[in-house]
Amino acid sequence: MTDWEAVIGLEIHVQLATQTKMFCSCSPVFGDEPNTHTCPVCLGLPGALPVANAQAVHLGLMIGLALGCSLASQSVFHRKNYFYADSPKGYQISQFDQPLCGPGNLAGVRIHRVHLEDDAAKLIHASESGRIAGADSSTVDFNRAGTPLAEIVTEPDLHSAAQAREWLALLRTTLRTLGVSDVSMDEGSLRCDANISLRRVGDQTLGTKTELKNMNSFRFVERGIEAEIIRQRELLDSGQTVTQETLHFDPRSGSLTTLRSKEEAHDYRYFPEPDLLPVEVTEAMIASARDALPELPIERAARYVSELQIDDVLAERLAGDAELAEFFDAVVEAADKSIEARVLATWVSDDAAGRAGEDGLLASKLEPAALAELVALVDDGSITTAAGRTVLDQLFEVGGSPTAIVSDQGLGKVDGGDELEAAVDAAIAAEPEAAEKVRAGEQKALGPLVGVVMKHTSGRADGGEVRKLLLERLGS
Amino acid sequence: MSNDPTALTAASSAALVESGDLDASDLFEAWRGRAELDTFGALSWIAEAGDSPEQVDGPLGGVPLAVKDLFCTEGVPSQSGSKILEGYKPPYTASVVAALAKSGAPLLCKTHQDEFAMGSSNENCAFGPVLNPWDKSRVPGGSSGGSAVAVAAGLAPWALGTDTGGSIRQPAALCGIVGLKPTYGSVSRYGMIAFASSLDQAGPLTQDVTDAALLFSQMTARDPRDATSVGHQESIHLPDRKDLTGVRLGVPEELSGEGIEPGVRATFEETLERARELGAEVVPCPLPHAPHALSAYYLIAPAECSSNLARFDGVRYGQRVDPGDGLDAMYSATRAAGFGPEVRRRIMLGTYALSSGYYDAYYGRAQRVRTLIQRDFDEAFANCDAIVTPTSPSVAFPLGSRTADPLSMYLSDFCTVPMSLAGIPAISIPNGMSEGLPTGFQIAGPAFAENSILGIAHALESSIQFDRSGARV
Amino acid sequence: MLDRSEVIHIARLARLNLDEGEIERTAIELSGILDHVERISELDLEGIEPTAHAVATRGELRPDIEGASLSRDQALAEAPVTDGVGFIVPSPGA
Repeated sequence: MTDWEAVIGLEIHVQLATQTKMFCSCSPVFGDEPNTHTCPVCLGLPGALPVANAQAVHLGLMIGLALGCSLASQSVFHRKNYFYADSPKGYQISQFDQPLCGPGNLAGVRIHRVHLEDDAAKLIHASESGRIAGADSSTVDFNRAGTPLAEIVTEPDLHSAAQAREWLALLRTTLRTLGVSDVSMDEGSLRCDANISLRRVGDQTLGTKTELKNMNSFRFVERGIEAEIIRQRELLDSGQTVTQETLHFDPRSGSLTTLRSKEEAHDYRYFPEPDLLPVEVTEAMIASARDALPELPIERAARYVSELQIDDVLAERLAGDAELAEFFDAVVEAADKSIEARVLATWVSDDAAGRAGEDGLLASKLEPAALAELVALVDDGSITTAAGRTVLDQLFEVGGSPTAIVSDQGLGKVDGGDELEAAVDAAIAAEPEAAEKVRAGEQKALGPLVGVVMKHTSGRADGGEVRKLLLERLGS
Repeated sequence: MSNDPTALTAASSAALVESGDLDASDLFEAWRGRAELDTFGALSWIAEAGDSPEQVDGPLGGVPLAVKDLFCTEGVPSQSGSKILEGYKPPYTASVVAALAKSGAPLLCKTHQDEFAMGSSNENCAFGPVLNPWDKSRVPGGSSGGSAVAVAAGLAPWALGTDTGGSIRQPAALCGIVGLKPTYGSVSRYGMIAFASSLDQAGPLTQDVTDAALLFSQMTARDPRDATSVGHQESIHLPDRKDLTGVRLGVPEELSGEGIEPGVRATFEETLERARELGAEVVPCPLPHAPHALSAYYLIAPAECSSNLARFDGVRYGQRVDPGDGLDAMYSATRAAGFGPEVRRRIMLGTYALSSGYYDAYYGRAQRVRTLIQRDFDEAFANCDAIVTPTSPSVAFPLGSRTADPLSMYLSDFCTVPMSLAGIPAISIPNGMSEGLPTGFQIAGPAFAENSILGIAHALESSIQFDRSGARV
Repeated sequence: MLDRSEVIHIARLARLNLDEGEIERTAIELSGILDHVERISELDLEGIEPTAHAVATRGELRPDIEGASLSRDQALAEAPVTDGVGFIVPSPGA
């Protein structure tokens, strides 16, 4: 059995968050009534001419800087000629051999290039499934036509479906942090195609690759790539060859179907766009893009490790989620310096994140300052960790201040006194078998007894004190 | 004051309107009456009686304008001479047309043209050929044939045309009027139905040089809707040059010797003699790569047009032919039915020149030849103020005489195409007659030197005193 | 020079139907034109850069400020086939 290595490259299209389209001043909205945001330019009317959006270039430069790319001093637009109902001009204005950004790198995956182009219109197919097959006609909506896109192309440096998904997630977070795009796969502002081939482990040459298009969720990206790897492996193992083609992955059936074979591959007849002059990328433009860069996930994770003494895995988890990181930074800002950042990190990552719900942490009722206060209360012994979690639930429910909740609901720590004594007695009475084992010297059997005490005290008892008291009572 | 205001040049009428001696709406009505006299197939649309604008402001004095069909005019058919756009009414107006209307030149009529501006005879118009008012069995030239005829026959006081490889200059020459191709980028292309983007320019066709200067002065602008428009560095003034003392005129052998008809050659030489009499120095001025200009042009222009015309697909506007066999079948049927033979030919040629494996040999090479041609002109202008040539190698030729062989039609552009490739301005003025038909004299200058070439043209025009009354209907 | 299959290929790329007579005629015409324009292959173009733009060489970018759009009715006004909402086209996958 041959050992095959998967070789994967990604082509990602990102809709840029500008006020106007790439080559005209229509608004690039999503979801409005069809054909209500068009003009002679994006509709491809006779006589209309494109003019490039300065902000799109600026955002493109930001992406290039964030991905460590070289930046062109002069960038040229080219026409990519093809006929399709979603192409109002019969060509897309894209970039060919002088893209805005050249080679770069993100987390060990090399970036080949980043370039700008205009998005196609949307086809609504008049068939039940909404897909092309089985429809007699389609309706074209030109609202999306002309929306600015940045196309990011990687080198084939990825080697598994899971790795591809993970890297794509990091790219998404990076772009989200930059603020250049909504990067929502649902809404189509982030789209991913993959190029996949297999080769024998140790081989340097690349095998024949196929292109997998139109995967519109992270899960489908992973499943689609995985399915294609399996398909190619089966082909090659049985002595057949892989045909260069473009495939579509149907997530419902898990099957791969051919969209286009190599013979039908487009001849795009690229030539420099005569209606647009080359973009001169000046020092001022680069400086402006650099100034606009926020702290990026990789940098953030490194900062968490070096400055806040948070361990690698936790740092990456926090930094890898733009929302989480933003919330965490606010908690750190609000917290007393005496509290260790890694303690705050654990609360944010393990407890708060899980309770956040669909709208996320930043939109929830929990204020970063409130969480900081809560952690302080646990840290100084005012309440137990368990009680803290109860307070946290309340904070998500109704917001407010932890100190107030603690006093209103009597959630202060119980580490002695009548209440605890009574609870311990109740526990021993409730779990006689466990009590016997402890008397016999089996400290492990304390577990269930502690549990009962916790239940009686609504989690407010101090764990250490409870064990001490139980052991005293049971005389061991 | 003459009783017939349509016997006046535009500048003269404008002056009378400004002085209050002539009413702008009377002028408009008078010209509408003239437009109705079209028996040459020149006009595609004429304004209605009530279309005269209420108020006219601006230096153009309300003198109405004939506009080539490919300029988008909101609500008015803009067909670029093609069946595929028959009856098409755009939702917007071309920037230059709007600017001229604002300056006081309202829309009088639209003029017929070679389909999508491709042609040198106006025989490629899907709505019928346009006839030369000097001799109706002959062509008026193209592609701005309708505009040239409108002015020559006195159907309109002045007209807007476009020039890609000679489409203003050549019909101006064949019809005995003035035509100016401006510096590329000095006039906005927004709203001009495109043929070849890096070559197309709008320009005036007029009765005399002064009218050309007046109309052009209101056309230049840096239009934010046209990324290739840069406007004009100088403000254009009305020429008053009467002599040519101190002017060096360069004559390129490549564009004035072999291939030029004897009668055209004769008037060209006469004009050179007049220039000397006016004090000019006439010197030889080689343009070594000019003989290759035609080849480069007939690769670059078709390539760009093959792409520009891809939007005519029956989806959003224009004609549609649907055989009921899916999208691609609809495209192919629509475009085959809607485009005429010359347009189909150039689309095919352009598609081939750009296709995989052929780009470097054809389009790529042609763009390099363009560089060499530009350099030739740069070097030439170091030694002379203007370059002069016959505008067209022949006078107006008979209808149908060149349609059998497309190449023979292309060859008639060899004097005008080099200036288009270099993007420099060039004007054609009528300079005599041969076989009873007008000949044209071309004056080309460096980029943005319109004031200079208008001045030289004005001086020569005064000397030549060309009588164009023979064409007036 | 240009053979039948090349003409058919180009016509397909350009989405132009050609009947038999046209294919033949086009092959002859285009070959004739190409014969002439191919003269540029005689020139020595070593080291010569292509000129894509004759006059200006650097472009101005447009400020990212929203402008007026057409109304839907205006956008659909000239549509050959429409349902009042969008442009109807035959299905791509025939």
